Amino acid sequence: MTTLRAGWVITQRDLAHWVRQPWAPVFGLLFSIMLLLVFGFLFGGAISVPGGGDYISFLLPGMLALSMMFGVEATATAMANDARRGITDRFRSMPIGSASVALGRVGADMANSAVELLVLIIGGLLIGWRISSDPASAALAVLLLLLLRFAVLWIGIFLGLTFRGEGATMAVQVLVWPIGFLSTAIVSAETMPGWLGDIAAWNPLSATATAARQLFGNPSGITEGPLVAGAVWLAVGWPLLLTAVFVPLSARAYRRLRH
Amino acid sequence: MTNHTLTADGLRKRYGDVHALDGFDLSVPPGVIHGLLGPNGAGKTTAVRALATLIDVDGGSASVAGFDVRTQARQVRRRIGLVGQNAAVDEVLGGRQNLVMFGRLYGLNSADARVRADQLLDTFDLTDAATRAVSTYSGGMRRRLDIAAGLILTPAVLFLDEPTTGLDPRARNEVWAAVRAIAVRGTTVLLTTQYLDEADQLAARISVMNHGRIIASDTPDALKRQVGGDRVSVTVPLREPLTSIAQRMAAAVKAPPAIDADTRTITFEVGTGVVAIAEIVRALDELGVTPEDLMLRRPTLDEVFLTLTGKEVAR
Repeated sequence: MTTLRAGWVITQRDLAHWVRQPWAPVFGLLFSIMLLLVFGFLFGGAISVPGGGDYISFLLPGMLALSMMFGVEATATAMANDARRGITDRFRSMPIGSASVALGRVGADMANSAVELLVLIIGGLLIGWRISSDPASAALAVLLLLLLRFAVLWIGIFLGLTFRGEGATMAVQVLVWPIGFLSTAIVSAETMPGWLGDIAAWNPLSATATAARQLFGNPSGITEGPLVAGAVWLAVGWPLLLTAVFVPLSARAYRRLRH
Repeated sequence: MTNHTLTADGLRKRYGDVHALDGFDLSVPPGVIHGLLGPNGAGKTTAVRALATLIDVDGGSASVAGFDVRTQARQVRRRIGLVGQNAAVDEVLGGRQNLVMFGRLYGLNSADARVRADQLLDTFDLTDAATRAVSTYSGGMRRRLDIAAGLILTPAVLFLDEPTTGLDPRARNEVWAAVRAIAVRGTTVLLTTQYLDEADQLAARISVMNHGRIIASDTPDALKRQVGGDRVSVTVPLREPLTSIAQRMAAAVKAPPAIDADTRTITFEVGTGVVAIAEIVRALDELGVTPEDLMLRRPTLDEVFLTLTGKEVAR
């Protein structure tokens, strides 16, 4: 109980940052909106969706999934900064549960991403994206997106605790791009060369993007392969697998601070 | 040993080939400022981190306020404050927000945390800056806030790891005043520093550390006595023969001269400075030499330190 309470106090610290520095999250949102506009209008005209359908309708669920995955960067940076500046050590010298620090990060980043998701959905609706399914399916799509964010959060915590230098943050920033593009988030895997398309189809990000498209009733750009029928299950399975791997790795990285 | 607030017995910690702690022993009675003095890499920070339950040691034992740091970390954490080398406060939040947050993490409810935060802001003269973002604070203010955050539960032991490194002299004085005020209220302070004057100014006792262990432990004055008696220095005018004057004075005070030709200063280590000065003045008078400067001083901690660590290297 004290662990949860301490985690909540640490979450509130980040929420207080929003009030103090509202431009920081707003800047992050503007970046996501900019990406949406660049792909939706600049590149979108040149991109066709296999199986038919309008590109904006195809793109928006992909952008939502992409922005959830990009959250790994924010998480890793925040963890690494706290560790480097001694704030993590201060927390560790206090009588709080050892999971509090990670839980505080989870709370803050999930809140942040929920707001980001909401803003992108509203932005999408403004540029012509539509939800063509029922509210329950749409809600499930949002939950799957948040589940992906939850999974990459633990990757971020692990990376932030393991690589505390500023270089690590840079590395994460660079690496998220190829991982993000090598998926069906922005273009269908079926427009890629065969082997590349196979990799992209198995990217966890693709599972969530495709599942979100199916659940929102948008064109999925997928006409064959495991994602046609199994995207929702993969969008549950991948994040759970990543979480199952990275929660223990994060716990180990936290314990290794004692070395 | 039981009435000591802080004890360490043979602590060992190895990083690869480096023995950061190599049989570290320490005992500090309650309510004093104890200085842990040593050069960079002596193991001071490792010692503090081990005592503050942040790292596992490879061997030895330690207790804080009667609780074992290895097996009763939770109880220890309730009774310590840690102020590390970089000011570990949230830059974006204000000073009060920081203290309220840390207070709640120490288990206070919101109302109590606010009351305690305001008390500490007042104590550390930060009330005027309470709502400003910490990023706008000066180095000294940030340090004071950092120290305040370590005092929320009025700990039995406060660890201060090089609290004035990187501060200008004015900010350093502010921090010193704050540290003195803490010890007056009964909190034991373990202060690490590589500044000898800082240890001399603040600490009732000083442990000198080198290569992961304590090589001397005493009051500042007693440590100074360890390296011998008073020093008398005579600066001779340029036209006078330095060596022959030195020999004549050496015969008078019965001590070997240390001659610095650049500054034309002759220094003697003597038993009682006042007696030696009389002898030296008489000798100079007989030679018809008027000194440019004549100085009597106690040995500095710098000399203590160099003597002690020099012996250590030679061993």
